[in-house]
Amino acid sequence: MSTSEYVGQRRPVTALPRPEIVLHGVRDRPRGWLEWLTTTDHKKIGILYIYATFIFFLIGGVEALMMRLQLAVPENTLLAPKAYNAVMTMHGTTMVFLFVVPVLAGFGNYLVPLMIGARDMAFPRLNALSFWLLLFGGIVFYVSIFFHPPEAGWTMYTPLSEEAFSATGGVDAWIFLIHLTGLSSLLGAINFVATIHNMRARGMGWARMPLFIWTILIYSYLLILALPAVAAAVTMLLADRHLDTGFFNPANGGDPMLWQHLFWFFGHPEVYIMILPSFGIISEVVPVFARKPIFGYKAIAASTAAIAFLGMLVWAHHMFATPMPAVVLSFFMLSSFAIGVPTGIKIFNWLATMWRGSIVFKTPMYFACGFIAQFVIGGISGVILAVFPVDWQLHDTYFVVAHFHYVLFGGSIFGLFAGLYYWFPKITGRMMSEGLGKASFWLMFIGFNTTFLIQHSLGMSGMPRRIYTYYPNGDWAAWNLVSTIGSFILGIGVLLTVLNVLLSLKNGKRAGNDPWKANTLEWFVPSPPPENNFDVVPRIRSAEPMKDIRRDVAAAGTPAGSVYQPVAPGT
Amino acid sequence: MGHLSRPSDDGRAGSIPRALRPDASLLRRRALVLALVGAALVLLLAPAGALADFISPESGGSPNADKIDTLYKIVFFIGVAIFLLVEGLLITSIIRFRARRRGPEPVQVHGNTPLEIGWTIGAAVLVLVIAGITFAFLGPIRHAPNTTVSNLSASEGVQFASAPQVSNPTSKKALHINVTGMQYIWRFDYIDAKRLTENRPVYSYFRMVVPTDTTVIAKINAADVIHSWWIPKLGGKADGVPGYNNYTWFKISKPGLYKGQCAELCGEGHADMRAQVLALPPDQYRAWIETQRNELLASQKALAAQRKAGIGQ
Repeated sequence: MSTSEYVGQRRPVTALPRPEIVLHGVRDRPRGWLEWLTTTDHKKIGILYIYATFIFFLIGGVEALMMRLQLAVPENTLLAPKAYNAVMTMHGTTMVFLFVVPVLAGFGNYLVPLMIGARDMAFPRLNALSFWLLLFGGIVFYVSIFFHPPEAGWTMYTPLSEEAFSATGGVDAWIFLIHLTGLSSLLGAINFVATIHNMRARGMGWARMPLFIWTILIYSYLLILALPAVAAAVTMLLADRHLDTGFFNPANGGDPMLWQHLFWFFGHPEVYIMILPSFGIISEVVPVFARKPIFGYKAIAASTAAIAFLGMLVWAHHMFATPMPAVVLSFFMLSSFAIGVPTGIKIFNWLATMWRGSIVFKTPMYFACGFIAQFVIGGISGVILAVFPVDWQLHDTYFVVAHFHYVLFGGSIFGLFAGLYYWFPKITGRMMSEGLGKASFWLMFIGFNTTFLIQHSLGMSGMPRRIYTYYPNGDWAAWNLVSTIGSFILGIGVLLTVLNVLLSLKNGKRAGNDPWKANTLEWFVPSPPPENNFDVVPRIRSAEPMKDIRRDVAAAGTPAGSVYQPVAPGT
Repeated sequence: MGHLSRPSDDGRAGSIPRALRPDASLLRRRALVLALVGAALVLLLAPAGALADFISPESGGSPNADKIDTLYKIVFFIGVAIFLLVEGLLITSIIRFRARRRGPEPVQVHGNTPLEIGWTIGAAVLVLVIAGITFAFLGPIRHAPNTTVSNLSASEGVQFASAPQVSNPTSKKALHINVTGMQYIWRFDYIDAKRLTENRPVYSYFRMVVPTDTTVIAKINAADVIHSWWIPKLGGKADGVPGYNNYTWFKISKPGLYKGQCAELCGEGHADMRAQVLALPPDQYRAWIETQRNELLASQKALAAQRKAGIGQ
């Protein structure tokens, strides 16, 4: 039989190879806490991530309040210098490595398969490993408080973090935290990339992917590119400390500047790792509550990629005050400016989405508006700091502290809270209290701005960051007190949301499949979704599949409830 | 408009007809915008005295600090314009496009390419303008002026100039002082003062003494960990990194005491690592150098005498 006989000939359908599933046996699924310990379900892992990281968030918040209490009055003696430095180091490390980065992985874990119409993540066991590496990373770091916590700041600049100046094991605990959480994030990122590339529903081309998925994909690529640099750097630091190598130690012929380059080569992409998925959340929440499609879908997706690319090229703007030639300073100023363009595009796209919409003000939309209002301030102060002669004055002062809190708290965390209020009904099947939610928003909004707006002025009047105390100097005492009062208002606001979560878990109104009339596929399935997610995956025809389905159903005259996948009997 | 004579459509006598209410919200909105603009103007036009540090970095000690302050204000004003634009659009949307019963259906637009290209170009032009302004200011901030106060400056030997906030730091006619950070104090070596003191070294800790109307070029170093030299009124900070030389400069016209502190976390005493610069008229500066030299000499002699007497062995 020559092959030419087959040209143009269609094989009969029945001849298609059929996958065969052979069941080797049925194991009883563990119940109770053992089920959570052994689960490989992306939804359960996502919930574990969110719970664990929120506990770290609360611990980091208590550390922040301890610092604000110490600085409330000049020459305070509440915290000793070493204790203050330890609390400050743990606050930064906790918020970056144990809260913002992994909580985004938690939301990603829960939502990515649901939003793209997949059964689970590509590698479910790897996914479980990611979570447990994160948790153990946090634990090895936090047990150091029973011995000697690290005191050299979350940036661990050498030579201060070398053995000669930080002899205790705190820095080593920090290094192991970076190794474990880094491995966790790296494996998680590979998992996201594999899942998003390969497991999207039929018809979901690149231009129909939800914008949150775009940001999780680019977040994952950034993690894969940036994490190896810091993994190598902390390994070299470990060798410097215990094997007498001389990578960073000038006493052994090493170079302290090398640490800063390696750290910030990771550290600046890390900033975008922390903000991009929040951009994604805002890009999902704003169109749903404005009852309008997202304005400029392609521009938002493309600007996310542009921010990530440029974000790899700006690291030395953290080092403007170090000895570097003027031409290098100029390059990093210009590359930092360039990031302002795609970021500006996003902000105007969100505003244009709201413009002429019919905006429904539920709590997620409150947090989304707070995000835009505050992130703009962080963006503008970022451009100011990129002007390197100006940075010579403002670098390492409270102006910088204010700037990155406007980006990370006013931006990332407000975005996260928008996401929490938006997806809580999907995750738990219950609505959160609107009253408590809005009260929480206003307290957080007022508290946040009271805490951090004044810190710009503190920095400009000469207060460096990371000082455990200060002498009365001009208005420093009054401004610091204002900041401390604001931080407690902020803390109460956060606690109201915690309270809201705890109350709504039991007493919240039933949410149904789609309480917000949303656009993306996760709202097709019941809340909470069944273990297999989808009984049937709808074919995707646009970036807003739920809107298409609702329109079709309305045209066919079927009752509204039949839009959604039915709740399985017995659940 | 005669709205009082119209029958109201919600049944309450004398109330403003529903159709006309947007006018009222427009007034509220205008009042809000006016209040915001007014507050911003008060903040911007506030006298340079009381509110100076509130909205811009410290200045007033040295020309480079003043130039940085001006540059900051220019970028800040551009930032305020962007801030008002974005927050204005946001607040307007929140008020005007709130979902209302019987409100208009939202327009289902997916984008507007000319508009999007427009604001992309607008943003790019804006950052290019800021870059241009920065480069225009860079010269005066980095170029330390030559000064010719006789007997004070000396040309330095060849140094490894790695990274200057000063253009050509070693070839300047200026007073050179080496600044060394160490846990937790600053040391100042008056290397140009040797010709006043028969080549004997003069140094001091914590307080640097300099002559007025003289360009001082500080070479910043660190002995142990990284420190950062910063006297806010005298210009930007310069990190002292072990193994590297960093440079900054200042030129003080007004005699007085200028205060600052270490700006890079350097250990538990970081907050206590303060520094002062005392600016004296040149003749008083010369006198101070001699006094300091004599005191150092006297203490060295006393130490030698102690050693001979067996104290401290």
